[in-house]
Parts: sequence; structure tokens; C-alpha cells
Amino acid sequence: MIKFLLRGLLRDRHRSLLPFLVTLIGVMLTVVFHAWMTGVIGNSIEFSARFASGHVKVMTRAYSENAAQAPNDLALIGTDTLTAGLSERWPEMEFAGRIHFAGIIDAPDSLGETREQGPAMGFGIDLLSGNMAEAERMNIPSSLRSGRLPERKNEVLISRLFADKLGVVPGDVITLVGSSMYGELAMHNFTVSGTVDFGTTALDRGTVIADIGDVRDALNMEDAAGEILGFFRTGVYDAERASAICEEFNRAYNTPDDEFSPLMTSLSQDKTMGFLVEYSGKLQAILVALFIMAMSLILWNAGLLGGLRRYSEFGMRLAIGESKGHVYRTMMMESLLIGFFGSAAGVAFGMIISLFLQNHGIDLGVMMKNASVMMPSVFRAHITPATWYVGFIPGLISSQIGSMLSGIGIYKRQTAQLFKELEQ
Amino acid sequence: MEDGKVISIEGLKKHFPMGSGRFTALNGIDLAFGEGEFTGIIGPSGSGKTTLLNIIGTLDNPSEGRAVILGHSVSELTPAESASLRKTQLGFIFQTYNLFQVHTVYENVEFPLLLQGIANNRRRQMVLDALEWVGLTDKINSRPAQLSGGESQRVAIARAMVKRPAVVLADEPTANLDAANSHNILQTMEKLNRELKTTFLFATHDEKVIGYVRRKIWLADGMVARDELIEKN
Repeated sequence: MIKFLLRGLLRDRHRSLLPFLVTLIGVMLTVVFHAWMTGVIGNSIEFSARFASGHVKVMTRAYSENAAQAPNDLALIGTDTLTAGLSERWPEMEFAGRIHFAGIIDAPDSLGETREQGPAMGFGIDLLSGNMAEAERMNIPSSLRSGRLPERKNEVLISRLFADKLGVVPGDVITLVGSSMYGELAMHNFTVSGTVDFGTTALDRGTVIADIGDVRDALNMEDAAGEILGFFRTGVYDAERASAICEEFNRAYNTPDDEFSPLMTSLSQDKTMGFLVEYSGKLQAILVALFIMAMSLILWNAGLLGGLRRYSEFGMRLAIGESKGHVYRTMMMESLLIGFFGSAAGVAFGMIISLFLQNHGIDLGVMMKNASVMMPSVFRAHITPATWYVGFIPGLISSQIGSMLSGIGIYKRQTAQLFKELEQ
Repeated sequence: MEDGKVISIEGLKKHFPMGSGRFTALNGIDLAFGEGEFTGIIGPSGSGKTTLLNIIGTLDNPSEGRAVILGHSVSELTPAESASLRKTQLGFIFQTYNLFQVHTVYENVEFPLLLQGIANNRRRQMVLDALEWVGLTDKINSRPAQLSGGESQRVAIARAMVKRPAVVLADEPTANLDAANSHNILQTMEKLNRELKTTFLFATHDEKVIGYVRRKIWLADGMVARDELIEKN
């Protein structure tokens, strides 16, 4: 009997190939969609964490309230001691001070007169201590387009687009015109050591990166930093642990009455990223659920059409003496086989596409030319263990549900009615 | 079986809902059929012959009265019991053949035996015997689409007969066939009826079929208008 059914299944393309293809395409799209959503949201969160928010961040309470303006006059002081204390207390995290600053970059001509000027945002990070963690975290070595990383004091990296705009190349001297920690005019000369492409328009438009020590000198921020970022050494953000660390830190260090006392916040508490972190999982689940529901409807419809097309066959089988239950069970078995192989093929094809998108990504930089949000311009899919089953299980279940629903017709119809339909 | 009868029908009525009222397809049928009968149930469309065949074939239930098929009261059978009766004792032949299009001639004929779980060797022999009865042993690997109408109906006969049923119900079996093929089919069924003592009941208004049957039952408005036994040599 099984051979008979398998032969029918293989020979009748409407019974096998069509639902197989529908299942394959539906599952493949679900797999790619899931990997893509996971990648895009994960990329955005991780990108933001690396460049802006860290997994946890320590600032003064006053700085945190105006963090978007990078108010260095409200920066933390005594950061070397504080950073060392943090690293000792929470060894699972790596802490590093950073200074965000803004100013005008002046590119002089050979006579020292202004040739080009442009507004810039800057990062002061650890580049000269010999520890490359911060540079690698911001993906600087692989973003280097010309020149080299800073090796000496007062060397600076500049984003390539900005360098082109200013007409500077590695070796040229530029001047930062900004405001010191105490509100005075600050001017400091840097030598461009290299140019970088971050792949995000917001950064590429006008960024300079210098060693935090040089920035301290430039902005008169001795032993100070706008913020101390902490990153889990695993590289993976753990919301629960981050929250516990913040709570413990704030209990020990934060004084509500002192606006300059240090305050630790987690990525989940970040004003812009918090929403994404908190709701990304739910949003992703909702989107995937909607997608699966739509796919189930399509597979149900395919099962229904297939079932209706076979009513005369079912009528004949009932007339010959097959029970309704047996007809129904064989339908389910057929759909299980098609669902299994269709879903497996869908996962395989979906994985191939997802792997390609994970390795190569899609450059949406053109669409984000004027974006001010700090997001990567190259989005990549991300394959997780869930990607393997998020399409497979619904593919299997929805093709079964489709057959179950269409098969109900067999039970609801009187045998004589099915028999009559034979003559139509 | 009641009084040696294969089929016994008493006061059989069948109503179908129609709008707010109902349509009476069979209106008090009393009939009995013995073993080896070759009978035509004759009448125009709407006379109730297909409904009667459906009830005898346990595909439908009587609204009133009693139909006993091979000792089983149709209205008392569970769906599983009626399926079992059809599987072993009843064969069906349709006007449109209703062969499984994706299966070969051999597989079509084999299907009723697969349902019964008959062992492979015996099943193969039974299928070949059935195809020999209808003269189609050279077509066992053909698909229905490769067969003529007459050949398709002969496959349908082989499929109905392969399990050696006690009763074969044939609903307008020659309606889609030309005269030559109709006679060929009827001769085949008549031969099987004589050799295997299988009871054949035809629902028909085809003169060619009427010419072959040994008992003619005319239905009109759901009632038996005439029941005529023909003496043949």
C-alpha cells in the first residue's frame, strides 16, 4: 500500500512537485527572513554598542542626562583609578575610557593658512597603550584605507570621505579647533596617520579618531573621560547580567544628590538602543509569526486545492472499500513526506542564501546617505541555531494543517456525495 | 442471507432535503436478488436507479424501510463495517471508468487487493487472472491515458472483479462507449457472471445493456413499475 501511494505521489506532479515547491519556497523565505532580521537587528545593536553605548557605560549623572551633546565639561574624572577598580570587580568585562568630542578640523596650506575646514566628531580611544582591544572593537584595522594606525603621539585617523573633502592625505597636519573641558577655546595639531572607511554614512561624513591621551591633552581633560564603556569578554551582550552589574555598581558608587557621581547604565537602558534591545526579540518573533501564518495559509490553500482535485480519487477509493479514516491518514502521510522533504530543501536553499548574505551582506549605504543614525551601511544576515528550525517546523506543521483542513471535507461529505462527484 | 437471497429490500424509501421540503427519490421499493443474477434496473434520469444502487452498495442509507445486503442491514452498518463489506464483497463499475490516472493497469487492478492485505504472490496471480478475463494481459504496464474507452472500461471491470465479489454494481457502464465496445464489455461481464456466479446489477437506460440482462426492473418516480424475468438460452 505504501509503495502504491509513493508511486502515485512521485508520478502526480500536482500531488508532489507543486506542494513540494510551495513548501520549499515558503520555508526558504522564512529561513532567509529570519537570518536577515536577526542579522540586521544584531548588527545594529552590536554596531551601536561598539561605537556608542558599550554593553554597560559609566558616566556622571549630569553627562548621562545630556549624553547626546557629549558635554565634556560634565565628564568623569579620576578615570584611571575607576577603570582599574571596575576591571578588578567585574573581570568578565573589559572596561575602557572614551572621549567623544566635536569641533572644527582645519586643513592648512603650505603657508599655514586655512585651506579647507569642516565640522567633525571625534573619538578619543586607547590606541597607543599597545592594547588593540578598542581599535579592534571599532573595526579600525580593517577599516584602514590608506596610511597606518597611529603609532606616535598626536597622530590621528580621519574618515576617508572627510579627508577627501579636506584634501588631506596621511602625513598632513590638521588642526582641531574645539572646546576644552573647562569651556576654553582649544586648538591642537594632529598629524594624519591614515584614512578609514567605517561603512556607516554617519561616521564616514566627518570623523577623527585619536588616542585618548592626545585628546585629553587637546581638551585639557587630565585623567578624565566622557564615559567608560564596558564590554563582556564573550562579545555577547547579556541583558540580565548587565542589569545586575549596573545595579551593584550604582549601589556602591552613585549618590543621587551628586550629579557628578558615576552612574552605570546598560545597553538595554540606552535611550535609543534600549527599545531595540527590548523589543527586537519580540518584533522579530511577531514578524516571523506573521510570515509563518501567511505561509501556512498558502500551504493550506495548496493542500486544499490538491485535496479538492483528488475528491474523485478519494470517492473511488471509498467505493472500493477503503475507510474514510484510512484515506485521511494516507493524505496526512503524503503531506508529511512532502512537508519533510520540502522543508528540508527549503532550509538547505534558505541556508545557502543566508550564508551568502552573512558573508557578503548588502550595502545599503546609498539609501542611507543622509542618515544621521549610527548604523552599519552594510547589513548582513546572521545564522543562529534557531535559523535551522524556524522554517523547518512551520513548513512541516503548516503543510500538515493544510492537509488536515482539506481532508475534513472527506469526513463532512457523505460517501454518496463523493461517489456522485465521481461522475462529474 | 435471507431466504438465500443476496440482496433483500423491503419498503425502501429515500428522501433528500430540497429547499424547505424534501425530494423523494425512492418511494417504497420491495425487491430481492439471488446469487448469479444479471439484472438491469432501468429508467430515465431521476427515476431513482442510482440512488437504489448507492444504497445497495452501502454508500448511502435508507430513509425508511430495510435493505439487507449479504446478510447485513445497510442502516445498521457502521461506516467501518460498510467499508469492509465494499472491500470484500461489492464491486463497482462507473460510466466514466474512474481509473487512477497515475497508476498502471496492473496497479489499478491490484488496488482492491492491497486494501485487503493479500500477500504479494497471490495478489499478483489474482491480478493477472482478472486481466486475462478481460483480455488485457498485454497492457499491464500501460497508463489509463494510453487506453481506449473500451479498454479502460475493461480495466474497471477487472478491478471490480479481481477480489471475486458477490455483487457487482454497474452504473451506466456503456454510456461512454460505442456499440462495438459496449457489446464487448457486456459479453465480458456476462461471461464472468456465468463462470463466477457473481450477481450483476446494472443501472441503465441503454438498449444494448437491456438486451443482455436476464431480469429487467423498470423504475418510475422512485417506484418499481415493472419487474420482468427474461428466459434466455
